[in-house]
Amino acid sequence: MKDILRIESLKKHFPLKGGNILKAVDDVSFSVKEGQVFGLVGESGCGKSTLAKLILRLLLPDGGKIFFDDMDVVKARGETLSKIRKGLQIIFQDPFASLNPRKRVVDAVGEALIVNKIAPRSEIKDRVVELLKKVGLNGETLYRYPHELSGGQRQRVCIARALSVNPRLIVADEPLSALDVSIQAQIINLLEDLRRGDGGAELAYVFISHNLQVIEHLSDLAAVMYLGKIVESSPTNELFKEPLHPYTEALLSAVPKPDVDKKSSRIILEGDVPSPVHIPPGCPFHPRCHRRFKPCDKEIPVLKETSNGRRVSCHLWQ
Amino acid sequence: MPRPLLSVEDLSISFTTENKLRREITAVEGVSFNVMEEEVVGVVGESGCGKTLTALSIMRLLPANTSFSGRVFFQGVDIFSKKESELRDIRGRYISMVFQEPMTSLNPVFTAGYQIAEVLMAHKNMGKKEAMNEAVELLRAVKISSPETRVKEYPHQMSGGMRQRVMIAMAIACKPSLVIADEPTTALDVTIQAQILELLDNLRKDSRMSLLLITHDLGVIAEWAKKVEIMYAGRIVEEAPVREIFLNPRHPYTIGLLESLPKKKGEKLTPIPGQVPRLSDLPAGCKFSPRCRYAIKECNLKEPELAAVNDKEGFSGHLSRCIRAKEL
Repeated sequence: MKDILRIESLKKHFPLKGGNILKAVDDVSFSVKEGQVFGLVGESGCGKSTLAKLILRLLLPDGGKIFFDDMDVVKARGETLSKIRKGLQIIFQDPFASLNPRKRVVDAVGEALIVNKIAPRSEIKDRVVELLKKVGLNGETLYRYPHELSGGQRQRVCIARALSVNPRLIVADEPLSALDVSIQAQIINLLEDLRRGDGGAELAYVFISHNLQVIEHLSDLAAVMYLGKIVESSPTNELFKEPLHPYTEALLSAVPKPDVDKKSSRIILEGDVPSPVHIPPGCPFHPRCHRRFKPCDKEIPVLKETSNGRRVSCHLWQ
Repeated sequence: MPRPLLSVEDLSISFTTENKLRREITAVEGVSFNVMEEEVVGVVGESGCGKTLTALSIMRLLPANTSFSGRVFFQGVDIFSKKESELRDIRGRYISMVFQEPMTSLNPVFTAGYQIAEVLMAHKNMGKKEAMNEAVELLRAVKISSPETRVKEYPHQMSGGMRQRVMIAMAIACKPSLVIADEPTTALDVTIQAQILELLDNLRKDSRMSLLLITHDLGVIAEWAKKVEIMYAGRIVEEAPVREIFLNPRHPYTIGLLESLPKKKGEKLTPIPGQVPRLSDLPAGCKFSPRCRYAIKECNLKEPELAAVNDKEGFSGHLSRCIRAKEL
């Protein structure tokens, strides 16, 4: 199958006051095939949201390349850019903050249809009703303002808005974390149903989350980020069955499991995530690593393929 | 049967809306539960279910526009009959609290050390110097590295995990009998969450504290709680030992929560349909009935009592607020 998204050595460095540089995204490469779900896991500050913004061209990178459907996202202008913008959509974490409080649902969702000349004004209402139906909202919602909706309903409106332009890839940046558990499950099912689509082209997702169970449930491929770099990427089931990188291993063991019979043996990492401004020398993870050995504080490991489709950046596997 | 450390009896909390209608809204209704010595009791529920208000009422820290009824006994003493000055002796000394957001619950203009020392000066008659020395020891106990330097730092100089450790150091400063932790790790990353919960549990075991753990995370409950209270729309809908909750749930809401958890790839989730009702607009009868797939006609008529499920001989520790609890 064809790559819908290909990212090559992407870099985003923010200069700070005092001459320091924050390496938010540093040499990240991966690709997503049509209709695939790519899960991206990491703790706060690891650069996953910056990466999302780069893919959407809401930020411009300092190096590297992004291809969407073989079009260069960074260099695109004019018609190519508007084609990319239609094919590539985003859902943000906080549906409270990402809807305009002064726009009714019909206007918020309809705007994209008008701007992109997808439907004439006279048909907007019907098209929006159709989109709302797709995300499980009824026509009553049409003339509501965001404050009249619950968190789950608002996230559905955001999803409807993203779907309005018939995208082929949706970047979902923590779309569940503002929602309650019972509502999270509704949205997960919705995203999965939409992916299968109704006969049209398959929808791919880049699904960003700190919630490992959600990534395990939803994604085909998963990558783990730490301090701006991908430290491991792999088909999801293998990553969860046998994590290769010690960070992935610790991350998986740290998640409390809702299973009373399986008391997990937890690997407790020492210390906090270091600031991305002062990244430790050698392997960035070595100060917290429970498996560190000689080369770890001196040499930077490279992301290397170990077996079919699995990549890991750790001296244990070099 | 030993006397419980904390006993909440028929607690109801309501508040008046601030708009012109001035409607009275009941946020917590008829909540009763016990916490035994050295027990970890988990309170689970989604946002707005009344779990935080319940916790605050134990310390009588409710906002001014609330009114409450019922009784809270701590070591046999009725907290609700105490004067404000008497309460001040109890808070921080015998019962203390760890809040969700350590950034907003620490004072930004005082050093971490001073805020810990303040507890000791207020309750243990310590002088400032002695209290500051003790603060260093407490920071060491919560595993903060180089506590001698950290004691002089302000909250903004610390990471989220470290701030939460400072909150815990404050909470355990006087070796209280009960710590109430309201979503203590929700604002933290998983690896830090594991550190904090492990720390809290070790401290609890060492100093024989009881812990009331409020969370929406069933994983946290499964690993740390001994007894669980499930709350929905201001009521306890199920109470049981943790194994019973996970292996033999007897309320449709609990079943729904467990089925909502992400499973292995490809398995479809069974979410609870609809949404949590507004407190101002609660359905008649069982509050969960409009979302319940087991609901029958009787469910809309009368709200069921929280009653024992008695499916094992002589075991009465499993309660459910559902008329069909026995058939589920």
